Amino acid sequence: MPQIAQLAATYSSQIFWLLLTFGFVFFVIGLGMVPKVQSTVDARDAKIADDLATAKASFARADELEEQNRARDAEARANAQAIVAAAKAKAAKDAEKKVATEDKKIAAKLAEAEDAIRAASAKALAEIEAVSAEAAQDMVARISGASVSAADAKKAVKAALNG
Amino acid sequence: MAAESGKIDPMHQFAIEPLFGTDQLALGGYNIAFTNSALWMVITAVVLWIFVAGGMKRQLVPGRWQMAVEFFTGFINKLMMENVGEAGKKYVPYVFSIFMFILMANLLGLLPIGIFGLHPFTPTSHFTVTGVLAIMSFSIVLIVGFWKHGLHFFSLFVPHGTPLPMIPVIFPIELVSFLVRPFSLGLRLFVAMTAGHVLLKVLAGFVINSTNAGAGYGALVGIPSFTLMIGISALEMLVACIQAYVFALLTSLYINDAEHLH
Repeated sequence: MPQIAQLAATYSSQIFWLLLTFGFVFFVIGLGMVPKVQSTVDARDAKIADDLATAKASFARADELEEQNRARDAEARANAQAIVAAAKAKAAKDAEKKVATEDKKIAAKLAEAEDAIRAASAKALAEIEAVSAEAAQDMVARISGASVSAADAKKAVKAALNG
Repeated sequence: MAAESGKIDPMHQFAIEPLFGTDQLALGGYNIAFTNSALWMVITAVVLWIFVAGGMKRQLVPGRWQMAVEFFTGFINKLMMENVGEAGKKYVPYVFSIFMFILMANLLGLLPIGIFGLHPFTPTSHFTVTGVLAIMSFSIVLIVGFWKHGLHFFSLFVPHGTPLPMIPVIFPIELVSFLVRPFSLGLRLFVAMTAGHVLLKVLAGFVINSTNAGAGYGALVGIPSFTLMIGISALEMLVACIQAYVFALLTSLYINDAEHLH
């Protein structure tokens, strides 16, 4: 086994070159370069964490804005609804009033018309009586030759017409 | 130990050979020859440097390479955060270095560049190397422990709620289990790497020797061995990653002990 057989002859050279090469590795690479690599990684991690925090804050701000918008929206809608309701109520009242006045007017017209009809029918009836009385006077004179006074004829017609 | 299996020695891959005629290079009386082991440690360090440097573009939106590097730093960062907590951040460079160094060394040692006549070498299959790495981790635990807690650090060896008469028994047991840590840390990696490489080389030896013995033997022994090698190569890559992870994980757990005691 050369590790043992050559130990006495080679240990000093092995140790010397190991210390030299490992010293180079430790001082140049370990102490010189590794912290720089590590600081790059740390800087990147910090940047990522920062960016994430910023994004989170932006998200929160956006949520807040949306909430505000929503509140404003709801308020505007409530206002609009109130205005619409008021307008509707006013329109309904106006319409009612108009209908009432028109109703009154129509009722007056109706009463007038009814009166006119009643008067016309009374007049017509009176005329019919007069005509009937004359006709009855004539008929009596022709048939019996007796003359009947206009007043008697009228009385008889009235009695016949009204039963 | 493997001389009987023909010319193929499965242990030869661990042999250390000085390169470029530097076998007499010395520093303060100690030999510091530039060996194949040293070469692969240098390759490991350079490949690791290229890998991490490619991920240094520092873009906000990372490319693939940057993602890969950030995956590893993030992985170690997470490991330390989970096991040690906020105090673990300052150990990330060390644990990253040790994890990536072991991972790269393990994986580079598995490169199939033998087919080009080159010999990959796994430094982490030598306990001289893994032992030094383990001692480093253990030293950090000791230094941090005594620095932060002083002599109070010894309370680590007395678990909470230990009855008073049990303390003389528990204390040595905990102390031994603590002192064994660097050995288990270093030996685990060394053994896992060595065993895997030996197994692959032994199976490769089967393929070559059986084929040399004739086409029939080659079909009978070589093909199943080769199939097995494919599976074990995949397993070895997994082991390479797992052992690096285990080393880093145990280091982080020991550092947690030093930081927070219990």
